[in-house]
Amino acid sequence: MGFSGFRVLKEGLFGQKGWSAQWRDPAPKDEYDIVIIGGGGHGLSTAFYLAKEHGLTNIAVLEKGYLGGGNIGRNTTIVRANYFLPGNSEFYSHSLKLWEGMEQELNYNTMMSQRGIINLFHSDGQRDAFARRGNAMVNQGDDAELLDVEGVRKHLPYLDFDNGRFPVYGGLMHRRGGTARHDAVAWGYARGADQRGVDLIQNCEVTGIDIEGGTVKGVQTTRGAIRAKKVAIVTAGRSGQVAAMAGMRLPIESHVLQAFVTEGLKPVIDHVVSFGMGHFYISQSDKGGLVFGGDLDFYASYAARGNLPMKEHVMEAAMTLMPVIGKARVLRSWGGIMDMTPDGSPIIDKTHIDGLYLDCGWCYGGFKAVPGSGYSFAHLLATGQHHAPAAGFRLDRFRDGVGLMDEEGTGAQHNLH
Amino acid sequence: MRINCPTCGERDRREFYYVGDAVALQRPAPDAGLDAWDDYVHLRDNPAGQTRDLWHHEGGCGAWLVVTRNTVTHAIAKVEMAREVAR
Repeated sequence: MGFSGFRVLKEGLFGQKGWSAQWRDPAPKDEYDIVIIGGGGHGLSTAFYLAKEHGLTNIAVLEKGYLGGGNIGRNTTIVRANYFLPGNSEFYSHSLKLWEGMEQELNYNTMMSQRGIINLFHSDGQRDAFARRGNAMVNQGDDAELLDVEGVRKHLPYLDFDNGRFPVYGGLMHRRGGTARHDAVAWGYARGADQRGVDLIQNCEVTGIDIEGGTVKGVQTTRGAIRAKKVAIVTAGRSGQVAAMAGMRLPIESHVLQAFVTEGLKPVIDHVVSFGMGHFYISQSDKGGLVFGGDLDFYASYAARGNLPMKEHVMEAAMTLMPVIGKARVLRSWGGIMDMTPDGSPIIDKTHIDGLYLDCGWCYGGFKAVPGSGYSFAHLLATGQHHAPAAGFRLDRFRDGVGLMDEEGTGAQHNLH
Repeated sequence: MRINCPTCGERDRREFYYVGDAVALQRPAPDAGLDAWDDYVHLRDNPAGQTRDLWHHEGGCGAWLVVTRNTVTHAIAKVEMAREVAR
């Protein structure tokens, strides 16, 4: 069943009784060609592109809770392609192009809003760094504009430009960046995968991975054993626990990243804005809530809630940059669990176990990668070859030190990103 | 989160710098080989539950501490001086 403006009108006139479930609720079969562990954004988009691009449909997505109930439903919804390093740059560029065609591709309103991202800078040195980053983005074929302070003022008149400690010197504008409706992205991919024959199996927790003679044979779940020729682990936030079922240790520590939402306000923040001298970025949702966040709490955690010092830092940074929001009341805050890798870049790769594949380590940037990650991981699963834009996301780069992608330039060790 | 420093008593988390998994106390020998060093620098058990972290009381006495902590509840079970654990 397709969605259209006409159908919305028609259903509105006839009591909304003509809608049906957007995907089936199948029982797991005994065997699949590919079992995908994890029904989040990346797992669902992987299933969708396996079916759409490679014609593979004998696939199950196993989700321990409900579809889209993990980090895809708990993020700050920002979409961008403003990476600097080769390896990251082409991947996020490809992902952004998929975002731009997503609503047509999925026949689903993901509320993709290319409202523009402005990363502010507050010193000459930071201006140089952003100019360099902008040039890398343009070289990649994406868009970037370096704004001086008057250029920023036209877009963001509400900033405290002459702040005594951190005056605004300008910003790097990425017009094709913006936000999307996070839940709808999961639902759209789920519906598209289901329509092509993929079984989406919820409330089905994987409890073991069956390996014989170095080859994966299937999985044990709370809904019985399922045989599979290939098994794909896409469980960011819990990657370490799932990989441990296959006897693997990963170059990942799980950390908590907090975010915040205020009460609904009239439109005031028209872009995605980030502060350059503290951990604070913000956008306004279509419901009117200000959605903002900062950096990790910087200690290993699975608690899905953070501590007060980072909350305090984020609020202070907000008040330094844009005191205009000072009377908005924060409604809620939450913490998401991030797969942090030593270099801050992700992993899409085979493992040393035949038929076992890994898509993890998205750090705090997984949302914008949802389409690109699914597309590239599907390519790897279907063909056995790395998809060119994601070829740098090797698991063994840490071991040999070749091809590390340390975007922040802080070092390729844990706890530095 | 508050950490009970053996020297200073219970102090706010802000006074402490998190250094990471206490695996840092088991540094391999320089010639231990690639696997041992990859394991030490990169690979982690990353448990959901009890873990041992290394924290530096940089805003206090300057001691290095091994903190036994639950990553799911943030509850701290034990705080020891790193020099005593490493001994």
